[in-house]
Amino acid sequence: MSIEVRNVSKTFGDFAALRDVSIEVKAGELVALLGPSGSGKTTLLRTIAGLETPDPGSGDVLFEGRPLSELPEPERKVGFVFQHYALFRHMTVFENVAFGLRVRPRAVRPSETGIRDRVTALLQLIQMENLARRLPSQLSGGQRQRVALARALAIEPRVLLLDEPFGALDARVRQDLRRWLRRLHDEMHVTSILVTHDQDEALEVADRIVVMNRARVEQTGTPDEVFHNPASEFVMDFLGHVNLFHGRVESGRTVIGGVALESPGQPEGARARVLVRPHQLQIERAVEGQTALRARVVRVQSAGPVVRIEVRSETGETLRVDLSHDAYELTPVQRGDEVFVKPREARVFLEDYSI
Amino acid sequence: MMRALLLAVTALFLGLFLALPLAAIFGEALRRGWGVYWAAVTEPAALAAVRLTLFAAAVAVPLNLVFGLAAAWAVARFRFPGRSALVTLIDLPLAVSPVVTGLMYMLVFGLQGWLGPWLWERGIEVVFAVPGIILATIFVTLPFVARELIPLLEEQGEEEEQAARLLGAGAWQTFRRVTLPNVRWALLYGVILSVARAFGEFGAVSVVSGHIRGRTNTAPLHIEILYNEYNFAGAFAVATLLALTALGTLAARAALEWRTREAV
Repeated sequence: MSIEVRNVSKTFGDFAALRDVSIEVKAGELVALLGPSGSGKTTLLRTIAGLETPDPGSGDVLFEGRPLSELPEPERKVGFVFQHYALFRHMTVFENVAFGLRVRPRAVRPSETGIRDRVTALLQLIQMENLARRLPSQLSGGQRQRVALARALAIEPRVLLLDEPFGALDARVRQDLRRWLRRLHDEMHVTSILVTHDQDEALEVADRIVVMNRARVEQTGTPDEVFHNPASEFVMDFLGHVNLFHGRVESGRTVIGGVALESPGQPEGARARVLVRPHQLQIERAVEGQTALRARVVRVQSAGPVVRIEVRSETGETLRVDLSHDAYELTPVQRGDEVFVKPREARVFLEDYSI
Repeated sequence: MMRALLLAVTALFLGLFLALPLAAIFGEALRRGWGVYWAAVTEPAALAAVRLTLFAAAVAVPLNLVFGLAAAWAVARFRFPGRSALVTLIDLPLAVSPVVTGLMYMLVFGLQGWLGPWLWERGIEVVFAVPGIILATIFVTLPFVARELIPLLEEQGEEEEQAARLLGAGAWQTFRRVTLPNVRWALLYGVILSVARAFGEFGAVSVVSGHIRGRTNTAPLHIEILYNEYNFAGAFAVATLLALTALGTLAARAALEWRTREAV
């Protein structure tokens, strides 16, 4: 089912949680709402679920073109997974999953055997058949998370909404669960929206990412688009580590210290902020021409998938450089060495934005 | 050594101020034999008093159960003007002396009061009659259910209820299947406290009752009358009934606390 949020604003007292937000989710897509805490992503998710209503006079949420406010609650069929699971604490795992079936009106309620079959199938899906009689308090965090998901899936939702679904779990369990969730989504194709503040999670799991900041949508796009073509400094900064340089636009180029980068079409003399990801910097021992920054190596950490080198530039900035192990072997530097750092690629943002 | 001393002091204190008087009630009641005891508790005025006490509790407690649930729900789930005033008001009966409560009802419903004459003309008696006793009982037992539920509902939050709604449950189903089971032990505990208070209430009821033997005397008032008439055996015999309900309440409470620990 497709979902459209059209010009929705939501304020709590004086606090604006959403300002004129519009997003579109196509049927069968998995979209991540990504942003720092307080950016409005959870409010947006709760508004889509119907748990919050948009400010009067602002826009609406549309399910397949129909306004949510005109859809009766039983027809919405929203599967919602709460950040802290919100399992019914007095019910067993089995009864938690069965709840959405048991509360149906008699005419559309499955028989007792029908309920048992469906719940058992879902418990198999989450690999918890043998824990059906446990209470939520007797489960681990990852198990509770899976029960919450099975409970939401039991009603055959037309849309699945997940609020920081892996937020409270440790790193290992998170990784397993998010891969599992992606596989599950590929099998079931239920339209899903996931809220997260973890950019790796969003990049790994989602078909498309909506980056939010201060109650607004900053950028929408595929993981590749938002990562490689960030629309703003905020997006670039939020999606991974960046090195920041301060520069100035001079005759079509942005100049930082001894380095000049092509940046056509920007106003002459403007102050610019240049953002470079750690893997876009390279290190050389000898300078070729004038297009490198002189720097001193502060730290080398080679245990890991990449070699992480920290340098302090002549202009006083601390920079992070990520090199592949192969590249590092060509220029093995040590702490205290003098080196030259050169950006292969960079993004230039004019100074009108502040973090 | 320290532990033994502390335990001894506690035991002595409890023995002196609780166990001994309790034993004295039973001892005094049975001093002149089971025959006298039986006669005292089956005497018509005593039976009427016990019946009236049970009746007042049977009306007041269910009303407060409903009110307590509604008030606790409203306070825990909604933000509205006057919310903190409501919380304070719920506690009022605990702060006001029962005698003052009785006098308030006299002032409102008495024959010289604000509403009393108007009601009297229409044949409705409140003070010196059963309705007054019930009103006073409702007033003094009002806080217990709500006070047990408010902190629990606030602690549990409303996410489980929201989850139930999103899974397709209606408001009533959500209440019956999610909210009520989550608070059932606290609710029962509040009811037990209300019952205990309703049985034992003396001050407020004493003022509005008028002490008409066989008609407006509750068990505690009956005991006082018997005692004032130097009928000690009778007074203590009826007192044992109240003491037994108190012990029953304690047992129910202990069982509940044990059960709640098991459930958590």
